[in-house]
Amino acid sequence: MFRRERSIPLRGSAAALCNNLSVLQLPVRNLTHFGVVHGPSAQLLSAAPEGVPLAQRQLQAKEGAGVSPPLITQVHWCVLPFRVLLVLTSHRGIQMYESDGSVMVYWHALDAGDASLVQAVFARGIAASGHFICVGMWSGRVLVFDIPAKGPNIVLSEELAGHQTPITDIATEPAQGQDCVADMVTADDSGLLCVWQSGPEFKLLTRIPGFGVPCPSVQLWQGTVAAGYGNGQVRLYEASTGTLHVQIDAHARAICALDLAPEVGKLLSAAEDTFVHIWQLSRSPEGGYIEVEHCHGECVPDTQVCGARFCDPSGSSFAVTGYDLAEILRFSSM
Amino acid sequence: MSVRTLPLLFLNLGGEMLYILDQRLRAQNIPGDKARKVLNDIISTMFNRKFMEELFKPQELYSKKALRTVYDRLAHASIMRLNQASMDKLYDLMTMAFKYQVLLCPRPKDVLLVTFNHLDAIKGFIQDSPTILHQVDETFQQLTEIYGGLSAGEFQLIRQTLLIFFQDLHIRVSIFLKDKVQNSNGRFVLPVSGPLPWGTKVPGLVRTFNNKGEEVRKVEFKHGGSYVAAPKEGSFELYGDRVLKLGTNMYSVNRPMETHMSGASENLAAQTQESIAPNPLAKEELNLLARLIGGMEIKKPSGPEPGFRLNLFTTDEEEETSRRTKSWLGSWGSLRSWTSQGGVPARAMICLP
Repeated sequence: MFRRERSIPLRGSAAALCNNLSVLQLPVRNLTHFGVVHGPSAQLLSAAPEGVPLAQRQLQAKEGAGVSPPLITQVHWCVLPFRVLLVLTSHRGIQMYESDGSVMVYWHALDAGDASLVQAVFARGIAASGHFICVGMWSGRVLVFDIPAKGPNIVLSEELAGHQTPITDIATEPAQGQDCVADMVTADDSGLLCVWQSGPEFKLLTRIPGFGVPCPSVQLWQGTVAAGYGNGQVRLYEASTGTLHVQIDAHARAICALDLAPEVGKLLSAAEDTFVHIWQLSRSPEGGYIEVEHCHGECVPDTQVCGARFCDPSGSSFAVTGYDLAEILRFSSM
Repeated sequence: MSVRTLPLLFLNLGGEMLYILDQRLRAQNIPGDKARKVLNDIISTMFNRKFMEELFKPQELYSKKALRTVYDRLAHASIMRLNQASMDKLYDLMTMAFKYQVLLCPRPKDVLLVTFNHLDAIKGFIQDSPTILHQVDETFQQLTEIYGGLSAGEFQLIRQTLLIFFQDLHIRVSIFLKDKVQNSNGRFVLPVSGPLPWGTKVPGLVRTFNNKGEEVRKVEFKHGGSYVAAPKEGSFELYGDRVLKLGTNMYSVNRPMETHMSGASENLAAQTQESIAPNPLAKEELNLLARLIGGMEIKKPSGPEPGFRLNLFTTDEEEETSRRTKSWLGSWGSLRSWTSQGGVPARAMICLP
């Protein structure tokens, strides 16, 4: 059972985007950072335990050519071996900041050259993989940035081709060892998933085809891909082979966010149907393949959820954002 | 965001505007021939070929202010006149209605069915005018051409673009409050029961497969809602059962259409928004759509067909309340002169010979 905790107020309401909540847990400092996209701006705030808000900052999408102010598509903290960077993607480019958002260390402008008149141009989908940060594009390309241990000397090292439609989300996990080399998965608007092995050159290992609906959110856990789809389904695949192992009719509307508490194997799914569900992942004793058990369902009344994240490593608390809602809702288990 | 959103925004808001005007014309007992003329003039202006051509070009959404200018001109495309307060209220009702429809669309693609519902109803208003009917049918064809082949992902982007446009609008609408589709805090009710989107299965099942693809386990879980599968998919043809009720005329039965403008908390959101009422005193560059509407032949209220004024309020008190709480539109010269006179001016009722 979960109970509602004190909400954290936001300066601006959350935009109707997917994956619209990023959480940076800092247990050592007894702090949690939250990042939410409002529209042309994103709000960062830090809170103490009990949700007491401490500091907040607003970041704007960097202007470029164009009539209207550019909209931000996603904000996400990337935890790298020696530093944490905050990445912001928009319809103009990619902005990278020090983790508190105080200093912009890198700006990459989008090249709309290849886009036809009818295509929207934007970056979306952010994940850290080792000392790389990967960012997805409207074209389906994934940009791989090499991040130094400190300083602004960030270099675009590779451009991955695997998708033909806009990237929606990217997930990574530390490499699992010899048996399982897959450590990154990218998803797109057509529902296609690409599984990669990171390295000085990223290698495409598997393609898992879509079935006519977008895949807005994806996670990777112990060599298993967890994907949330526009028709409310959550599917789990073996990353290295692409074999479907679990299919859950989980939600009544499009899924907008998935999150993992990797240490305990908990998966969180949130959708536009106002529900958040928590699932326990495990390996079956017989075949060693992945199994899922439903743990808990929470209804956030009259709220089109747009972001959800676990707030602690044990998965015993989570936070939720909703379209038009100017607060972060918090839940913790009793 | 998506550059294919403006036609959907314009046509659906236009449809809502026609529903409201039709209801008010009937409520105020405007003679049938005059009422028909007003609707015909507005519809024929809306679906003017040159205008539609410009509308359908891939482009970013207009700002709220720019779009409002377009509707101001559209509402005055005939012999009918609306005062500022009535135009404000009309626009509030239109925008909240379409926001509701977009939010409650089961699938992103269903916004196209909502659009078709509006067009079907518009054709009902102009049954006796074959030329205008033809214009509407042509627009139908264009919609099918452009949107018929879009992917679910592209519709999702269109939906997100529309929701961003409507973000932070929480005007309370009487008809929504009465029907319990809107809460007293201005937020829409999102039901956790009813028909599912086409293509979505009833939540509650976990199926596990082995390496050979054979199902090895099937477990149910309690998902919390009470859903049923959709009976059938709505039709995207020129004629057909749309199935979806969103976008149909909710004013067809005589229903009140007050908006609730009281309460400081309501206006907190309003104050942070840009003022969207166009300033008639400023010589601003009109956006292209507004210029195109303005360039069309407007029926001047002269000769044997005098114009008349339509009112969206049912009581003087209501109109005064609305004017006071909207005082942040202080740039209106006319508004200032009214309030400085210390009272509500004599209401301009319908002028008939």
